[in-house]
Amino acid sequence: MYLEKLSNLTGVAGYEHKIRKYIKDNIEKYVDSVEVDPMGNLLCYKKGKSRKNKVLIAAHMDEVGFIITQIGKEGFISFTTSGGIDPRVLPAKRVVIGNNEIPGVIHWKPPHLTKKKDSSIPVISNLIIDIGADSDKEAEKKVSIGDFATFDSKFSILDKNIMKGKAFDDRIGCSLLMDFLKEKSKFSFDIIAAFTVQEEIGLRGAAVLGEKTNPDICLVVEGTAAADFPRKEDEDISIFPTLGKGPVITITDKSIIVDRRLIDAIVSSAKRNKIKYQFKQPNIGGTDAGRIHKSRTGIPSAIISVPARYIHSPISISYLSDYKESFKLIKASLTDMLKAVH
Amino acid sequence: MRELAEKFTQAFGPSGNEKEIRDIIKKEIKNYVDEIYVDNLGSLIAHKKGKGKKLLFAAHMDEIGIIVTHIDEKGFIRFAPVGGVYPIISLGQRIQFGNGQKGVIGVEFKDIPRDKIPPLSKMFIDIGASSKKDVEKTVNIGDMACFTREFVDLGKKWVSKAMDDRLCCAAIVKAIKNIKKTVNDLYFVFTVQEEVGLRGGKTSTYSVDPDLAIAVDVTGTGDTPKGFTMAVALGEGPALKIMDYSIVVTEKVKTFMKKVADKNKIPVQMEILQFGGTDAGAMQMTKGGISSGCISIPTRYIHTPGETVDKDDVEKTVKWIVSLSETDISKEGFGNKK
Repeated sequence: MYLEKLSNLTGVAGYEHKIRKYIKDNIEKYVDSVEVDPMGNLLCYKKGKSRKNKVLIAAHMDEVGFIITQIGKEGFISFTTSGGIDPRVLPAKRVVIGNNEIPGVIHWKPPHLTKKKDSSIPVISNLIIDIGADSDKEAEKKVSIGDFATFDSKFSILDKNIMKGKAFDDRIGCSLLMDFLKEKSKFSFDIIAAFTVQEEIGLRGAAVLGEKTNPDICLVVEGTAAADFPRKEDEDISIFPTLGKGPVITITDKSIIVDRRLIDAIVSSAKRNKIKYQFKQPNIGGTDAGRIHKSRTGIPSAIISVPARYIHSPISISYLSDYKESFKLIKASLTDMLKAVH
Repeated sequence: MRELAEKFTQAFGPSGNEKEIRDIIKKEIKNYVDEIYVDNLGSLIAHKKGKGKKLLFAAHMDEIGIIVTHIDEKGFIRFAPVGGVYPIISLGQRIQFGNGQKGVIGVEFKDIPRDKIPPLSKMFIDIGASSKKDVEKTVNIGDMACFTREFVDLGKKWVSKAMDDRLCCAAIVKAIKNIKKTVNDLYFVFTVQEEVGLRGGKTSTYSVDPDLAIAVDVTGTGDTPKGFTMAVALGEGPALKIMDYSIVVTEKVKTFMKKVADKNKIPVQMEILQFGGTDAGAMQMTKGGISSGCISIPTRYIHTPGETVDKDDVEKTVKWIVSLSETDISKEGFGNKK
């Protein structure tokens, strides 16, 4: 499992170079060839026993984070977000900026300086990153406008089965794809593993994948939002992904209505192999599959995800058991998925 | 025409569940076209061979609906929208699943004042089941349903659910049967998943790669009390789309379509829709750009089970499709790719 390294690496949309290099360096020896396309997607090709069919599996390399927009006279640094971040998770959080990972902290007034009853929601344009510089000149030695930044969170194991870290969306998918490529077992079809760019800002890297690779089917592997928090009894009346209940299968989200034949194939291989599975709430979120299934004359696409709590924040929590079950399900279901559409 | 419109609008088929309507259309046209196939997303593509350039007509088969998200212990079903489903028209409606299971939409009355419109999250479907187990015999998480309502003939006007866009499917089918000479290489496409983001229109256009693509869809009108500000009315003829949220139709396509209408004495209204989009938007952005236009049938109360149209507009739409099909588009500058 490569998740620890992948989670600790930093890279938002358009700045995936560190992640791409790490994956390429570690996986090149297990595949037949690798290629970086003009968008920056990393494509890894592995030949099958038969060359008749092609299966595309994809995970995105980028994480949510920030882009530096301005360096103020007093050395304070303004930023905008890259990808969907709730501004309420930002105040007083540690971040690292740029390729050199310059540490900083997002400011917030202590209670002593706050008017009573101030319960206003932070506005991103008013927040600044403090790197301890006392002037713009000082700050500009380390940070430039246009630099990217991410949350500064280190991966750790809270308990045997509980993993904590940032960017599980979607480094967890990247790690699963790497594990999958490392496997010796050969499939009866060609595998193209794509590590995509710019998913968090509009599924952009994936937009060119279908056209180029022209696969028979596609499976997108994701880290998805677990919603198993404390709640009032009647507060949420939807199914939701829960830690420990295994891989999450998407039925529909905002970007795709998954081909029923693929869902049925995944469910039946889960049942046959005694792998746990659960469904994601219909109509929530979107993934690279949203772009890929509309490519060319249509590419049947499905999504399998590992549930992770608190995604798009400085820290996520996932279970190792869900990771392992997801790996088994991906391995088991590809052949069934391909059969289902032929 | 009326029979065709009734048969098509009454069929089941929310986005991604177009099999029933696809089979109906296939049966209806198979003797009138040279080949017919289904693409990877489920769109039905019919080909009537001609020696000329490729001309494509498309209407979408899917209708708006709902998807099951949760079933509680007492057997009440929670749901989310598929396409543009508005709370204001959902309450009290009847719905039907693909297997025929029917139900009605209720609301949590306790928390909702009578004069407020509740969100869909406060509504539920009652299929008359007594428990979750009872529900799961016919309905499961992820199943989709559509609204139901019978077809009504008001004389000059027709009312039904799913006029959007089965009426246009029916108009194309009728046109296929009426076409006498095929100078163009004609493709008739019945697309999937339009209501959730013009998805089937994109893949089917890629597959055909036409020289001119024309979507046929419904559009709103400005002729009802305090309606949209829009110069389109029922009974004044089909509309020529100028612009909507998904497309600005190019001068060349507009001019050609209008010329053919004028020549055949078909009255045409100009449509500028300030919201919404159609398959034409997705078609235009396919491959290196495809010349695309759109014929719209004026429709009142779109996305309700009471979509209302004028039958003369429908007849004239059929005539327009036939006239366009029988006009050699290569002489109009289409398909001269360099």
